[in-house]
Amino acid sequence: MLEVRGVRKLFDGFLAVDGVNVTVSRGEICAIIGPNGAGKTTLFNCITGHLVPDGGEVRFKGRNIAGRPAHEICRQGIARSFQRVNIFPRLTVFENIQAALLSHRGRGRDLFTPVEGLYREQTLTLLQQVGLAVAAEVVSGTLSYGYQKQLELGIALASQPDLLLLDEPTAGMSAQETRQTITLIERIARGQGLTLLFTEHDMDVVFSIAQRITVMHQGRIIAEGSPVEVRADAEVRRVYLGKAR
Amino acid sequence: MSLPDPSFLVIQFLSGLTAAMFLFLIASGLSLIFGVLRVLNFAHGSLYMLGAYLTYGVVAWLANTPERFWVAALGGSIGVALIGGIIERTLLRRLYGREALYQLLFTYALVLIISDAVKLLWGTGQLSVSRPPILGGSVPVFDQVFPRYNIFVIVLGPAIALLFWFVLHRTRAGRIIRAAALDREMLGVLGVNVDRLYTAVFIIGAWLAGLGGALVTPVVTIVPGMDVEVIVNAFIVVVIGGLGSFWGALLGALALGQVMSFGILILPRFSLVFVYVLMAVVLVMRPWGLLGKPLRG
Amino acid sequence: MWRLPWGVFALLAAGLLPLAGSRFYLYLGTDIAIMALFAVSLNLLLGYTGLVSFGQAAYFGIGAYTCALLMVRAGIPFIPSLLAGGLLAAAAAFLFGSFCIRLTQIYFAMLTLAFAQIVWAAAFKWNSLTGGDTGLTGVPFPGFLDSPARFYYFTLAVVGISLALLHRVVGSPFGRMLVTIRENPERAEFIGVHVRRYELAAFVIAGFFSGIAGGLFGVFNHSVFPDFSYWTKSAEVLIMTILGGMYTFLGPAVGAGILLSLNMLVTSYTEYWPLVLGLILAALLFLFPDGVMGFLQTRFRRHRHPEARRA
Repeated sequence: MLEVRGVRKLFDGFLAVDGVNVTVSRGEICAIIGPNGAGKTTLFNCITGHLVPDGGEVRFKGRNIAGRPAHEICRQGIARSFQRVNIFPRLTVFENIQAALLSHRGRGRDLFTPVEGLYREQTLTLLQQVGLAVAAEVVSGTLSYGYQKQLELGIALASQPDLLLLDEPTAGMSAQETRQTITLIERIARGQGLTLLFTEHDMDVVFSIAQRITVMHQGRIIAEGSPVEVRADAEVRRVYLGKAR
Repeated sequence: MSLPDPSFLVIQFLSGLTAAMFLFLIASGLSLIFGVLRVLNFAHGSLYMLGAYLTYGVVAWLANTPERFWVAALGGSIGVALIGGIIERTLLRRLYGREALYQLLFTYALVLIISDAVKLLWGTGQLSVSRPPILGGSVPVFDQVFPRYNIFVIVLGPAIALLFWFVLHRTRAGRIIRAAALDREMLGVLGVNVDRLYTAVFIIGAWLAGLGGALVTPVVTIVPGMDVEVIVNAFIVVVIGGLGSFWGALLGALALGQVMSFGILILPRFSLVFVYVLMAVVLVMRPWGLLGKPLRG
Repeated sequence: MWRLPWGVFALLAAGLLPLAGSRFYLYLGTDIAIMALFAVSLNLLLGYTGLVSFGQAAYFGIGAYTCALLMVRAGIPFIPSLLAGGLLAAAAAFLFGSFCIRLTQIYFAMLTLAFAQIVWAAAFKWNSLTGGDTGLTGVPFPGFLDSPARFYYFTLAVVGISLALLHRVVGSPFGRMLVTIRENPERAEFIGVHVRRYELAAFVIAGFFSGIAGGLFGVFNHSVFPDFSYWTKSAEVLIMTILGGMYTFLGPAVGAGILLSLNMLVTSYTEYWPLVLGLILAALLFLFPDGVMGFLQTRFRRHRHPEARRA
């Protein structure tokens, strides 16, 4: 489904991503891990169109999307959540999801239909899926962090993506919130046959649901494989344990 | 059309330089304030105007004291600096957390208030200040004459620029200011008192504007409306030179000064439109101007 | 309670104004109606899309000159001239806007200002076309609207229709997409919104209605001046919008009403209106950042639903 080949990204001479190859097959749940500054988010940004790679290809469903604008990539079937919560703060929870649906269904060009009741059912269904149905009328900016992250997930799901990219979905969460979120994500991914690619710092999370793991360090891939393989990899241990010392 | 007399051209060039120096004084303060505080101070032209009026006031008050002009100019510019400091400390500061639009509109409110305050205090008539005796008279330039005072201004501009260059690049305070223009949050983390820094920068910027107003009094008539006229020109200068760039302000001022000086001769109908088109072109092609740096975030 | 069509009530009430028999109030009413349209059109950009345009006066001026010139020089009837004013303003908005939306924040604002100044300077210097700084004078009321009362009703009709259209637009999916851009352009991009295209569309729509307002004003004023496009006019309409409240649809209209009425009141006592305006503006920014309508909304919401307090 997704093939990243030789992607490079330079920032003022600093090579954030250096010739990275990642392949994700349909229906897989993959994780990218690595210490801070390894280039995970930059790689994500290159895939989703927020950054233009300086080299390499990003092939999604066979087509090269590297350098295409973000809104176009979104329409191809990739959805994303962000590391910092990225929602529409003054809109209610319902309106947040509804907006994503409106855009996805191409209703954005409609200048005359009142927006109130549009896609009500679909919005509520989605809200239920991410566990926010009770908070539908709450102004999203006032939600707690954990709920905002759930809303983010909901917004990403609204565009019925084929590939879901989650950037540190459990960042800043308590242990309980993390468990809840991961259960939710896994349930949705498996339920809808989504392909999932996520970055994480929390190793428990990664090893519990990832089928394949890619390890990045200083912009390059240092290991790749199943959780068992990665856990045993010497280089990975050096990078992580060495740093923890 | 016959070739213009070369001495005439030189005079025009010198006039352009003179105008440029005044523009530089205003624009450099504007640029400095924007660079550090990220506020585009609409009221900067008003501070300039205040400088002019205060200078007039002091000159009138000092009646027949010799060299009263210099005292007045100093007093006027410092007065404006103080007023700027008070405004920043008590009012502008409260708006820093808000969206940029609120800060912009506040500076516009200041424009409105100051423009009427000036009318209240000094009336709506045209006022003027005579040149200081030391710098009276003119010097011959080829077969024309050019006011001695203007030569002083032309020399003063770069002198102030050099002074600021020295302060910005060779003193600790200057380094802090330059760092603030690049990354404000880091500065707070490093233990710099950011609040006081902002006030200091605003005071310096206001002083420059006030100085410009003070020094311009022997050259132009002092009237309400000086503020609006000058602020748009100041904007053009900082756009061309680069918002936040001190040298850019000098460069932009020199450019605009000459464009205004010669534009009126070459294409009088178009010179007014031309300066705004120039501003637009720079913004479209290189928004951060000739010497500015692209804004981050 | 907020679902009640306040706008319709206000319109009906406004319709009764001529019965009061005072020319003065009729004049004020027409002025307010026109500026209300101007302010609401600006708010499409400011309050709904999050674009701070400092040069909306450009389109006001273009609309005014186009309409007046067509009527006076080419003898074209009022309504087509007015529409032409709006369309030309929209075209200018398309042209200027395509450059402006590539810039962000302060640069965007400065470029909108630059374009407005270009329009001003062109009007100022193009004596043969625009009459230069002496302006285009002697613009008459059109034949079928030969009294202030009739012109007032016509203005109310045009403004009413325009506001209704704008209201539809902001309440539509398109309008909602604009709000997502205001709230979080990055996120909007990643739900598939082509941010630049929507911003440009908003720019053009706002330009059109600002042009209509300008066209109406030129005829109302019986003259058109370059100052219609000067940056202080942009500041004026910006203040109206903020005063009334930029997060509600009718807020800017309310702001226009308050500001113009205050202007009338204050200038009858003193010539220092700018001072008063400056003080009001400052007070607004510090004490009532959401404007009059925003303030009323929060007050009312708190009264009705005391548990729904904002943090």
